[in-house]
Amino acid sequence: MTAPLVVINLVKRFNGRTALDGVSFEVHEGEVFGLLGPNGAGKSTVVRTIVGRVRPDGGTVAIFGGESRANVGFVPQEIALYPLLSARENLVVFGRYLGLESDALEKAVDDSLSWSGLSERANDITKTLSGGMKRRLNMAAGVIHKPRLLLLDEPTVGVDPQSRERIYQMIERLRADGVSLIYTTHYMEEAERLCDRIAIIDHGRIIALGTKDELVRSTIGEKREVVMVEKVPSLEAVFLHLTGRELRE
Amino acid sequence: MIGAVVRTGWMNLRRDRAAWMLSFVVPIVFFSIFAAIFSSQRRSTPRVTLLVVDEDHSERSKRLVEGLQAESALKVTVEPDAKAAEAIVKKGDAPVALVIPKGFGASQLTFGPRGSDSPKFRMMRDPSDMIAPQVASGMLQKVLFTGMPDMMMRSGIDDLERFGGPLTPQQRQNLDRLTEMLKTQKPQKQSGDLVRIDVTDVVGKKDNPIVAFYAAGVGVMFLLFTASGAGGALLDEAESGTLDRILSTRVSMSTLLAGKLLYLWTLGVLQMIVMFVWGALVFRLPLMNHLPGFAVMTAATTLACSAFGLLLAAVARTRAQLGAISTLAVLTISAIGGSMFPRFLMPEGLQKASLVLFNSWALDGFINVFWREAPLTSLAAPVAVLVAWAAVFFIAARYLARRWETA
Repeated sequence: MTAPLVVINLVKRFNGRTALDGVSFEVHEGEVFGLLGPNGAGKSTVVRTIVGRVRPDGGTVAIFGGESRANVGFVPQEIALYPLLSARENLVVFGRYLGLESDALEKAVDDSLSWSGLSERANDITKTLSGGMKRRLNMAAGVIHKPRLLLLDEPTVGVDPQSRERIYQMIERLRADGVSLIYTTHYMEEAERLCDRIAIIDHGRIIALGTKDELVRSTIGEKREVVMVEKVPSLEAVFLHLTGRELRE
Repeated sequence: MIGAVVRTGWMNLRRDRAAWMLSFVVPIVFFSIFAAIFSSQRRSTPRVTLLVVDEDHSERSKRLVEGLQAESALKVTVEPDAKAAEAIVKKGDAPVALVIPKGFGASQLTFGPRGSDSPKFRMMRDPSDMIAPQVASGMLQKVLFTGMPDMMMRSGIDDLERFGGPLTPQQRQNLDRLTEMLKTQKPQKQSGDLVRIDVTDVVGKKDNPIVAFYAAGVGVMFLLFTASGAGGALLDEAESGTLDRILSTRVSMSTLLAGKLLYLWTLGVLQMIVMFVWGALVFRLPLMNHLPGFAVMTAATTLACSAFGLLLAAVARTRAQLGAISTLAVLTISAIGGSMFPRFLMPEGLQKASLVLFNSWALDGFINVFWREAPLTSLAAPVAVLVAWAAVFFIAARYLARRWETA
């Protein structure tokens, strides 16, 4: 079976500065592939190269063995929506841009609203939605055409824990449907929870790649240090315990 | 796909009250202000182009033509006959023509009231230029006074002999009678003129002609403002990341720009329709009599303005920059192109230079339709120039938009 994505030796320079320096990896069918790295490490450049917004100076990108991006979905880091249109209208617009028409478009819009938990707010103007809702709508606009490979660029930035929980559920549902995902994030717990494999990127190079256990083994080794600690729940756990996991919006 | 871009533009516009105001309310307000101002305004003017037709061919008429040609305020061209001169005025190449009547050389110049047998000068004018006929008329009187002194002297003696005589009691009585007669005579418009002039408007015979003339100027200027403002949506999309997302779908930059051009065109056409209907309803603009010409000129002008708006958006780096660039560009080319100030009142060099600007061609086309009532074929040149400029603007905008494509 052809891999959803094969990236080989990507090189990109901006004004003499090397942004990508020989990046190579492969995404398997149905897996969530995490791209971790500090700001400016090259995560977004990798994603933008895959969706065709950056032309690499070297290397290749093969999507399902070819160059067509018809099966690729892209959720940018920014809320890339029309603020004066309603949630439904935004989905209609991007559905059209992605080639959907008439009944198929209508069904895809309804499915996307339901998937993102926005059916009740479908006719609200986007700029009046909360940050979390905008994030979910931003995701919905990227998957409305049901891509087989989805690129998510830090989709949980600036959202409350309830919305983040909902976004995790949305991603898990995509994975259950067999969609392959590339997920860039700063949050380690997110990567641990969602990603099957993780690539750590810094200075435009992948410095580690594997499952979480593999990464631990390859960097820290087999040694174990037993430390007795009193287990204190995280603040997020406290917050969710007090406020619940139900979406508020 | 282009249709999708057009629909998106309209969907966005629906919620943008500021854009609605700028597109439809502000132009109406400005239209009304300009119409009110220019309907009653008079201005001074530099050199006036005057066509002269000598139907008399006498020694005296030749000297009159030479005298007019020597006037620095006039640019005199001699035409062979009145028909040719009228055609030139109708076409808009000269604002006024003077016909020296047959019999002028043999007639008397008098200071007082004349008999109906004295030959009448004919003046054919384009009333869109309010100044030129008055200047030409004044210059005619001046040349008759200063350029032909022997005739004036003879005329004066004739008048003296006619009314004064050798100052006998009888002649004194006659002069008193004339004085009394002049006292009781009602003031006449040309009672002090040396020759009688019959003035005819050869174009612009309408209820409210000045509005017809300025409607085009205001309309074209606001098309430019609307197009540059709405074209800025491209910058909003670039700043918000939406453009990145759009270009990662099936929409290419060329398709996106073509869709935006079509959206701006539909918006501009609607704006012009709203403006001219307002003009027709409130200011008696004869829109219904000129629908085909209006449609042709609106389509071509809006296309050029839309492409110009896209170009400005492609040139600017931010919304704020676009605001500054477009305000400056639109006001400048509107002023030079004739939207704010009639081109015939500008210096000759500037009038010629303004033909480089597409909006001056747009104004010429609209004036041909509403003012000169010229046939549709007269719009071929303005339309060709506007479409050519639209193509140039669009190609330039597409070239500059490469910066938003792949990095």
